[in-house]
Amino acid sequence: MSSVDRAAKADRIRHLLETEGDAVEANTLGFNRGRYESVADLEDYETLKEEARTIKENAIERLPELVDELTATVEENGGSVYLADDAADANRYIRDVANEAEADRVVKSKSMTSEELEVNDALEREGVDVVETDLGEWVLQVADDAPSHIVAPAIHKSREEIARLFTDQFEPDVPLETAEELTMFARERLGDLIEGADIGMTGANFITADSGSIVLVTSEGNARKTAVVPDTHVAVAGIEKIVPSVEDLAPFVELIGRSGTGQDITSYVSLLTPPVESPVVDVEEPDVAFADRDDRRDFHLVLIDNGRTAMREDDQLRETLYCIRCSACANSCANFQSVGGHAFGGETYTGGIATGWEAGVHGTDSAADFNDLCTGCTRCVNACPVGIDIPWINTVVRDRLNREGDDGRFEFVYDELVPDEEPGGLDLQKRLFGNYGTLARVGSATAPVSNWLAGLAPVRALMERVVGIDERRELPTFQRETLREWYDARGPRIDTADADREVVLYPDTYTNYVDTDRGKAAVRVLETLGVRVRVPAVGESGRAPFSQGMVATANRQASRVYAALAEDVDAGRDVVVIEPSDLAMFRREYEKLLPERSFERLRDNSYDICEYVYGVLENGGDPGGLRTAGDGPGIAYHAHCQQRTLGLDRYTTAVLDYLGYDVVESDVECCGMAGSFGYKREYYELSTDVGDRLADQFAEPDARDRLVVASGTSCEEQLGDLLDRDAVHPIEVIDPRFRWPDP
Amino acid sequence: MGVHAERFDATLADLDVPVTHTDPTGFNRTLETIARDPAIGTALPFESVSLPDWVDDEATPATLQSASTGITAASIGIADYGSVVLPATPSGAEQVSLFSDLHVAVVRADDIVPDMRTAIDRLGPRLRDGGSVIVATGPSATADMGALVRGAHGPRDVHVVVVETGDEADE
Ligand code: SF4
Repeated sequence: MSSVDRAAKADRIRHLLETEGDAVEANTLGFNRGRYESVADLEDYETLKEEARTIKENAIERLPELVDELTATVEENGGSVYLADDAADANRYIRDVANEAEADRVVKSKSMTSEELEVNDALEREGVDVVETDLGEWVLQVADDAPSHIVAPAIHKSREEIARLFTDQFEPDVPLETAEELTMFARERLGDLIEGADIGMTGANFITADSGSIVLVTSEGNARKTAVVPDTHVAVAGIEKIVPSVEDLAPFVELIGRSGTGQDITSYVSLLTPPVESPVVDVEEPDVAFADRDDRRDFHLVLIDNGRTAMREDDQLRETLYCIRCSACANSCANFQSVGGHAFGGETYTGGIATGWEAGVHGTDSAADFNDLCTGCTRCVNACPVGIDIPWINTVVRDRLNREGDDGRFEFVYDELVPDEEPGGLDLQKRLFGNYGTLARVGSATAPVSNWLAGLAPVRALMERVVGIDERRELPTFQRETLREWYDARGPRIDTADADREVVLYPDTYTNYVDTDRGKAAVRVLETLGVRVRVPAVGESGRAPFSQGMVATANRQASRVYAALAEDVDAGRDVVVIEPSDLAMFRREYEKLLPERSFERLRDNSYDICEYVYGVLENGGDPGGLRTAGDGPGIAYHAHCQQRTLGLDRYTTAVLDYLGYDVVESDVECCGMAGSFGYKREYYELSTDVGDRLADQFAEPDARDRLVVASGTSCEEQLGDLLDRDAVHPIEVIDPRFRWPDP
Repeated sequence: MGVHAERFDATLADLDVPVTHTDPTGFNRTLETIARDPAIGTALPFESVSLPDWVDDEATPATLQSASTGITAASIGIADYGSVVLPATPSGAEQVSLFSDLHVAVVRADDIVPDMRTAIDRLGPRLRDGGSVIVATGPSATADMGALVRGAHGPRDVHVVVVETGDEADE
């Protein structure tokens, strides 16, 4: 990306932050909070998720067969099925249906699949009037705007904006102000438009192959009216919406509303088996009793392929087809909470999983613009009711995009500094951050000159221009003496004979070259507990290239890490990790990068530093020498996003609690720094906007005088920048040598 | 009252949906206190109760527009969600339950099941037979206009009437 493109992108993001950010933030945070509360009420939440996942896996596996079964069922019921290859094909069919019915007006209930087809435009070109009946979708239609969220399409609009819009467009007799007034106005207008419509068009959340039923999950009731008022019903749905049987709906009905908007269930879950028996509401025969009618209803199910069959055959994109479009991934995404789907979305789909959908249905390029907004924080992973590894899909697509653009111009300059396995044309910025380990090694070896250089204004300006490192960010200071050098010189303090245990402390790039203090603290804490420590030469985990979509480089680094640690693991030594994003590599991401056995062995033997301390204390370790709370201040703690996804933050709070500390823990999903993300010129504003949510929490009266503690490097840096208070790692707090920083 | 009915009541209370229990003899009087005029309805497929005379049971597009109350039968009550399962019928139960400001759902106490899964298991055969149902929970609602509003396209209020039949009715 050129510096001009970068600046343009930064401007666009800033504009969205200013105009839509507040409304998006309030709404998504509300949905997300609702989700946490609502799923907590389910005793068997994890079981339901597994069940949902299994049903989807099987359904996609058996898809061709299910399409046939469904087709037969619907036709037996008296409806028609059309299997459309792509959008144009589907639109052609729908236009024919409209022509046949001599339709003047089509009423529609909200459906992302119809957005994917852009069927409104196709029908309008034929002179058919198309009316959206979902209130949010209708607001957008009136405003000539695009959806910014897959479940709540108009969340970016405030009530005031909608009131202004309605006043300008409709000049109502009485002024419209409250949500109630606006809703009633829309209800009346739309009610009139639904009556007398010739065709009702809906999507489908699920379709059951055994009964041919269309499941519509809604709250307003517009889908019900759309489907039963006119005599012709057209349902459009991607082929992936098919499940084998009615009974398979059970976990989804319980999960979908909770996952999305945090409602235990939406007002209406319609299970319609068209053509439905309900009589048509014919305004031209207002006095004919429904019971006396003998309607012939027309039903058309348009099943859309549009790239889905190819996705099914693509080992990496296949999972996307399990998606039930609940929006939990968007709502739980810190970046989405700030900018919404107008930045974090492609032609049709928005949010975390949009990358998979866009790459699948519109092509990889269509994901290029927003794919980098996924920072791999993984907060969406636990939120997804079908357990899709959304960040992995984002990484895969990023990798594919990296391999597409290739002009090779800077290759010769860069290859010395960045010895990766990636194509030469890779974006310089990605290449730089993907090779952070090399940079850190060189930086440390040449410190303090490298630090001095990095602080010089002209150098910073150049860095911003060439590789897009935002000038406003403070850069990490490289230490002349690395953690490993310090440890080698100092040697172990526990004799093998006295040691209760022996561990390998993983010298992650940041701890080894930059924040050596937390590494030293970790060594001292472990030794205080009678653990013999080794700090061997082990390379980078691969996190940095992985986050840039440089999968081949990450792959190579993962293999090297495993090779370096295998002997220790064989010898029964545990691997203790300080940086949560590296631990997350060992425990999660390596599954994609290492042979299964290797992955499992490393996963089962590596621990977060505080998790390990907790384990030692639980097993009778003597906390005697550790630093206890004493009369120091309380702690404001921010766990790392990946650590929370792995459920490890509780060990840190438990250890601190055990040692008498009073801890307030933040609940924001991610600090916004996310490795290199916050350094990037184009994302700086977004990163600080996200970080402000965390900073605000720590500025509350209950937290403002506390010591700020964070588990991740990035979190510490972000907090330091935003709060003007130094943040430390929890292991430093309990280090016997720790001194409270001056207030 | 069965154990499921108690749970059903409690869940409906959380949803702010009033529920009234009655026996067949008290059914008409109960409806009278709940329904607002004019009321339309579709025939109840229960042996023990039927719609009183003052409910128009031959709904038309015109009366659909003018009625304040729509009364329809629910085939199942789902205790842990406070949902009612509303079968669509050729006489227009789907429309009658949707268009009026107040929807009164009539369910037999015996038809209240503990959970969603039991309800869906019961629905399987019905749907495979070509039937359609709505699992309705509380009133129609939207938050699209900046705050939660009841009564978006459907009823603003829902009232559930539970009819105790059989042994319970004799007590
Ligand atoms: S990916 Fe998962 S969380 Fe995101 S919309 Fe799809 S089902 Fe929901």
